Amino acid sequence: MLDGTTAEIKPREALRINPAKTCQPIGAMYASLGIQGCMPHSHGSQGCCAYHRSHLTRHFKEPVVATSSSFTEGASVFGGLANMTQALNNIFTIYNPRIVAVHTTCLSEVIGDDIPMMIKKATEEGIIPAGKAVIHANTPSFVGSHVTGFASMVSAMVRYLSESSGKTEAQLQADRQLNLIPGYIDPSDMRELKRIVEEMGVKTVMFPDTSGVLDLPQDGHYRMFPSGGATIEQIKSSGDSVGTIALGHFASHPAAMKLDEKCNVPCALLELPYGLTNTDRFIHALRNHGGVDVPGSIGEERGRLLDAMGDMHQYFHGKRVALVGDPDHVIALTQFLVELDMKPAYIITGSSGNHFEQRVNEILGDQATDVVVKQNTDLFALHQWIKQKPVDLLIGNTYSKYIARTENIPFVRFGFPILDRMGHRYFPTVGYTGALRLMELMNDALLDHKDRECAEENFELIQ
Amino acid sequence: MPDPAAVKAEMLKIYPAKTRKKRDRQIVLNEPETPPEIGANSRTLPGIITQRGCTYAGCRGVVLGPIYDILQITHGPVGCGFYAWLSRRNLVRPPAGTTNYLQYCMNTDMQEDQIIFGGEKKLKQAIREAYDIFKPKAIAILATCPVGLIGDDIHTVARQMKEELGINVMAFSCEGYKGVSQSAGHHIANNGVFKNIIGLDDQPDEAEFNMNILGEYNIGGDAWEIDTLLRKCGIHVTSTLSGDVSYDQVKKAHTVMLNGVMCHRSINYIAEMMEKKFGIPWIKVNFIGAEATAKTLRKIAKFFDSKKLTDRVEEVIAQELIALRPVREEIKGRHQGKKAALFVGGSRAHHYQDLFRDIGMEIVSAGYEFAHRDDYEGRKVLPTIKVDADSRNIEEIHVEADPLRYKPTRTPEQMAALQAGGFTFKDYDGMMTEMKKSTLIIDDITHHEMEKLIEIYKPDIIGSGIKDKFVIEKMGVPCKQLHSYDYSGPYAAFTGAVNFYREVDRMLTTKVWKYITPPWEKAPRESVALCHAGKNSAAKNEEAQSWRKPAAAAAGDPV
Repeated sequence: MLDGTTAEIKPREALRINPAKTCQPIGAMYASLGIQGCMPHSHGSQGCCAYHRSHLTRHFKEPVVATSSSFTEGASVFGGLANMTQALNNIFTIYNPRIVAVHTTCLSEVIGDDIPMMIKKATEEGIIPAGKAVIHANTPSFVGSHVTGFASMVSAMVRYLSESSGKTEAQLQADRQLNLIPGYIDPSDMRELKRIVEEMGVKTVMFPDTSGVLDLPQDGHYRMFPSGGATIEQIKSSGDSVGTIALGHFASHPAAMKLDEKCNVPCALLELPYGLTNTDRFIHALRNHGGVDVPGSIGEERGRLLDAMGDMHQYFHGKRVALVGDPDHVIALTQFLVELDMKPAYIITGSSGNHFEQRVNEILGDQATDVVVKQNTDLFALHQWIKQKPVDLLIGNTYSKYIARTENIPFVRFGFPILDRMGHRYFPTVGYTGALRLMELMNDALLDHKDRECAEENFELIQ
Repeated sequence: MPDPAAVKAEMLKIYPAKTRKKRDRQIVLNEPETPPEIGANSRTLPGIITQRGCTYAGCRGVVLGPIYDILQITHGPVGCGFYAWLSRRNLVRPPAGTTNYLQYCMNTDMQEDQIIFGGEKKLKQAIREAYDIFKPKAIAILATCPVGLIGDDIHTVARQMKEELGINVMAFSCEGYKGVSQSAGHHIANNGVFKNIIGLDDQPDEAEFNMNILGEYNIGGDAWEIDTLLRKCGIHVTSTLSGDVSYDQVKKAHTVMLNGVMCHRSINYIAEMMEKKFGIPWIKVNFIGAEATAKTLRKIAKFFDSKKLTDRVEEVIAQELIALRPVREEIKGRHQGKKAALFVGGSRAHHYQDLFRDIGMEIVSAGYEFAHRDDYEGRKVLPTIKVDADSRNIEEIHVEADPLRYKPTRTPEQMAALQAGGFTFKDYDGMMTEMKKSTLIIDDITHHEMEKLIEIYKPDIIGSGIKDKFVIEKMGVPCKQLHSYDYSGPYAAFTGAVNFYREVDRMLTTKVWKYITPPWEKAPRESVALCHAGKNSAAKNEEAQSWRKPAAAAAGDPV
């Protein structure tokens, strides 16, 4: 397996091999699905839409509908206005969503299609029915990654929908609503965030929210637009919130800052609540900005996590870890690895952004000198480094499993996409309880490996 | 059975006028004797939820992609290459020492700079780096949408790099927007493989009966089943295009006596060009379904015209059927008369009908995702198909007989004798001739039509793809993915057929669908009474009984 990969590293500047990222539009499509009654629309050739729908479906095992402007050569030469107009007419007539969220592709960006103009024209021509909305984000595939595509669409929700209704400060304080921007996480995680917030007694509006959209129960009925997702009204009301808690520098902070700029809503810019410290910060922020006391139940959840960290410490301590994934995920999980006294060895992301390396090095502190921390790199490079100096544990998305098998490394699936296991769809990894699951996954991987590989005399009943 | 004309009208009702007019031409009521014209291979209208993908997907994912030792570099932004990486189940087992490039996704990760200033320089550099690291036998460059728009000349790059590196470097202009579906990409890949690879090695494999299987991609191991079966009969396969196949095997594809075409849509171009240039006749084959497989084996044996082979083929068919029959009969007993609908691909929606028919099931509706009229109505309509603006984009290679290597493997007399005996070459009659009268044929089915179809026909199972699968299953109807086989298979040949019967049986008998309605929605609350152990011993209903039993057992447990 991966027979062409050797430990010898040759110079490489132009060739990407086994990427640890994908393109912007898929992130925009995923974010769009977190609005209730939303049809994501891909303005480009229909392969983009097909690829994104397929990959999201493989990750969630749920229906993922989206439409395309289905460009052929003609549209590529003359521009996509006619395609967009016809698309909007078909979408509102046939599928009748409340809102269409348009994202662009490399094709429509290269030819310079002006989406706001197209939306304006469609509105004037009465193609967009009254009470319906069309929003858009520019997501050319030759810029950023799926993570920035997600971020752009979340910002578009703010740009198009969030409003200050002009309530007085006293009214706002009486409502005391907080915005929660959850980041590029699974519906199971979004559901868990909502549970925590409810447990804390904080009134929030969370957007996007794909729980209830991409984790639907089987009841024998298909609904194109399920009851989940943040409603347009909720997102509108985010302009009247007393504050925003945004989780993740890359996926969520841009929208929070936009909201501050547009509606003067101050924000707390946090990292994803993976592990103990990041969840502590999240709870702390909810307490402070939501004006509530932390209930005993949350304290107990924290205590259970801490108890497990103590009980199982010996299996984590000193283990060398390679971690690859999306920047927000990797930053927050690095923090947890450090809390468990593990030894991060390679901490990498396929996306670009200097904040990633800065922040990971900050978290690593004194340890940083021994660690390869790198943005804008790929799984091929990671594999070569591992061949040079091995690790005890590999954490990454499903594509990493080829490295794990080749090098016989215990492996934990984490992040996006996970195409070959089911847990991420149902069991969260955020919060204290989610951290327990992360620990269980890591511990199982390490001990299963030991049980499989160790000498018979070391094969132990009790661990 | 619902009236198909009424179903069609119901499907079309909601559409805006222009959309209705177009879809009207793509939904037809079958006439097996005289198939009606279907509006296939036409654009999908913007805003319609379609199964279709793009030209790049057809080239990279389907025809070229599976050749495991060609190092393939996608020139473009990161996404296209990423999604095509290992997502199609064209399995391979290269010989030891050969790097399997299917495990690698290589691309130029094009950035804004290259969009503005051009990407040729980066592409050349990427090719040099790939060569330096991997030392492949051949490199293919595949274009994505921006490449054509910014005017990168990948063919010149390929030529220059071929000279510089001394290996075969070929370019495929398969920009996503080039066609109305994946189909354009198949054609582009066919052209490139034919021009750049087939014919490079004139040394034939040593074999008495030697053929290629074209349009077989080894999904879930299908090609291996076919190969094993043919080997049992004494027939050697030189090249399977493109399933578990090496660059070297493709180079000598033109040295065989016969081409068998599985997926007519994706590969008929190569079959035609090989006949014109090298004189190799082609026939349609189908190894999906027990009856179809037996028919195909007999047809191949007839072509080779050898008593030894014919006898061996009959022996093998008899043996295989001994193992298959009891399973088929058992499963047929459970599912006879159940209804299936198939919407997939450019051949599978046809081929898989045979498998369902093997177990007594009925096809209530079918259609292709990206096929052309000939795949529906038969090749006889080829001269009448209008070349529209979209098809005109794709190069038609002009092929002439090779002055040295054109050697018809059958003499005109032999061909005439075969044909006189009812044997047909280039014999694809399409889906419609084998389907019942008035069955609804739906080309490029839309999401809306699929919903209506399920609502009205209530099929017992649907064969489709990943994008539809969970939509269909949310409606309580099992859906078999016929692109990826739901990560199972193989389904080809006799052994594969048995796998498929068992898989359909599993899907149709699973308890999952029966549990959809919870018990509290089946019975009114008043009818369910709690009962205490010891009292009220004559429980009034089953639910109550089931509540009481564990409690009673617990009471009897030793303390």
